[in-house]
Amino acid sequence: MCQIEINGRVAEAKIGETLLEVLRREGVKVPTLCNVEGLNPTGACRMCVVEVEGRGNLVPSCAFPVSDGMKISTHSAKAVQARKTIVELLLSSHPDDCNYCARNGNCELQTLAAELGVRQRRYKGERKKMKVDVANPSLVRDPEKCILCGRCVRVCEEIQNVGAIDFIGRGADSTVGTSFDEGLNVSSCINCGQCSLVCPTGALVEKRNVEDVMAALADPRKYVVVQHAPSVSVTLAEEFGVKPGTDIDKEMVAALRRLGFDRVFDTSFSADLTIMEEASELVSRLTHGGTLPMMTSCSPGWIKFVEQYYPEMIPNLSTCKSPQQMMGAIIKSFFARREGLDPKDVVSVSIMPCTAKKFEASRNEMIVDDIPDVDFVLTTRELAQLIKMHGIDIENIPGETADNPFGERSSAGKLFGGSGGVMEAALRTAYHMVTSEELTDLKIPAVRGSKGRKEARIQVGDLELGVAVVSGLANARKLLDEIKEGRNDIHFIEVMTCPGGCVSGGGQPINLSPDTVRQRQKALYRLDQEETLRTSHQNPAVHRLYKEFLGTPNGEKSHRLLHTSYVARTDVLK
Amino acid sequence: METQAKVDEILTRYKDAKRDALIPILQDVQDSCGYLSKEAVIQIGAYLNLPTSKIYGVATFYNQFRFQPVGQHHIQVCRGTACHVKGSSGVFDRFCRDLKINDGETTRDGMFSLEVVSCIGACGLAPVIAVNGEFHAKLVDDDASRIVKEYKKAAKEGDNK
Repeated sequence: MCQIEINGRVAEAKIGETLLEVLRREGVKVPTLCNVEGLNPTGACRMCVVEVEGRGNLVPSCAFPVSDGMKISTHSAKAVQARKTIVELLLSSHPDDCNYCARNGNCELQTLAAELGVRQRRYKGERKKMKVDVANPSLVRDPEKCILCGRCVRVCEEIQNVGAIDFIGRGADSTVGTSFDEGLNVSSCINCGQCSLVCPTGALVEKRNVEDVMAALADPRKYVVVQHAPSVSVTLAEEFGVKPGTDIDKEMVAALRRLGFDRVFDTSFSADLTIMEEASELVSRLTHGGTLPMMTSCSPGWIKFVEQYYPEMIPNLSTCKSPQQMMGAIIKSFFARREGLDPKDVVSVSIMPCTAKKFEASRNEMIVDDIPDVDFVLTTRELAQLIKMHGIDIENIPGETADNPFGERSSAGKLFGGSGGVMEAALRTAYHMVTSEELTDLKIPAVRGSKGRKEARIQVGDLELGVAVVSGLANARKLLDEIKEGRNDIHFIEVMTCPGGCVSGGGQPINLSPDTVRQRQKALYRLDQEETLRTSHQNPAVHRLYKEFLGTPNGEKSHRLLHTSYVARTDVLK
Repeated sequence: METQAKVDEILTRYKDAKRDALIPILQDVQDSCGYLSKEAVIQIGAYLNLPTSKIYGVATFYNQFRFQPVGQHHIQVCRGTACHVKGSSGVFDRFCRDLKINDGETTRDGMFSLEVVSCIGACGLAPVIAVNGEFHAKLVDDDASRIVKEYKKAAKEGDNK
């Protein structure tokens, strides 16, 4: 420990930590643009500069280590002026179309300009004309809005170990781009959208489907069905200024109905269905000598990652479609028939925490006879927009419950929204499938928590299962490499692309604080704690569906509708 | 030799290489193949365990790397200080306009390629260019158009012979 002086006040600090860490702890707000907690600091933007006594130049606090007796001044006239000048210079070459930007009102550059009192255009820089990359089904990249902070580059490389984008060119010609300046669609981008969460401006945003959905809702010939993913109900409220971790499931369902959706279904129901299929698949692989370890297949970014980098491990992937696609397939088959609807007239919309779900819905495997399982995917952010646009006061609307036959869920299905949740839900059901008994304690603490990698050994009847849970694909890569090198004590692996799982998915409300993600995660576990129906195999609606339509889990019909296949991707520029 | 074989041969010279060997490898590949093709970059990436975006990023940082094969007539326009003062930017722009290509690019028919170079040590002749090593001195903008025409004409006559 050591002592430093911040603006005349003495503060305790640990040797080796950065100035910014101390400042944040001490309640001093120094603005940052390139800094993201958990990623390597680069000191690139220099927004966080402070004055250190005895040094002539300003130092970037995000990348400057503390030393004993340091005296710093965070908001001296020199430091504030330097920050303001940086913002002015960034704005000098930035498009002036804030009112037309996806990040209008939620842009860090805009906020900084306001906070620092930029009221005059002191610099007029050269504006580069660059093409907007719209070829990717999940994300839109507008390099003109890029301020070169490098957050997206680092998140793509450090968290996801993909590196689809990097700094291209030099000096004033620098841009962030893909290799050979190709579209994101042919790059190694896995569509996770983590870049859109960290982008301070509108340079990386989700591909918007709000208008498509509005058109479908306005078309009297269309029967529009919506499903909402497990994690959305615990994050949506943030878009309306409510504190993170608030569940508004019932209000959201009511809002979806008021928007005009003919039926509102809960993806947690099809998560239960996924568990029935996936747990049966696991038990079957364990008892019939199938490929192990089996890896979950709910997260489309992860799927593309395996297809690109580990094609030899495709047989390890569960063949189960994700809950979104299972629900879509059931809506266009069983549900349409039951309601006497032509599947062509049914528009299936899903509300997802995820940008990769847009890509998943567009995969060839997910389109049967020109009829896609899911027509449009909206992110949590897009849903919030739709709700605001239609004057629905989500905080004061009476709650409603989702529709039958796919509205009933267990809290196991709800747990899908966070890292470890699929594992916990699957273990609860696999245990029952193997032993015909229920776990005495349904809570499996070993797979909970915010760590990027969790491992446990679980006794299921006579079997001792080795399980691993990873989130963030850099963590997944390490585990896969261990397995390739011969590690064989793991039978089942849950992988979620985004760190912490869907609660921090690329389509979620933009909020960089790790505490927010923890609050979202906690909300899911709270729901599980309070619930009486806590296992997928006890969900009566799931039972009805098997009885009336599907037959048995892993049976012929469910294989045709609920399972899929994968392709080795050799054509991407990885 | 195929690109793949050429790159393979170069990579054998870099046993157990790490990412710090990237630039020398890129230089060798460009020497051998004339440019850095997508295929070559993918191959190097797989060998060094680097994403291609990173390699492309490094390669675009330096002027020396190109991503298209050089044309039959490789035009190097000097943009050193003396040439700049004497108006080489106008000459360069004229080449871009007439050939419809930019720095580092090659015309579709493969006849011309354009490259900006720093001082080529002939400041007394500024502004100066070199076409396949042959110097053209004290140019004005119109000379660029004339030079392109002359090479095109020569190529046509060569065809007719």
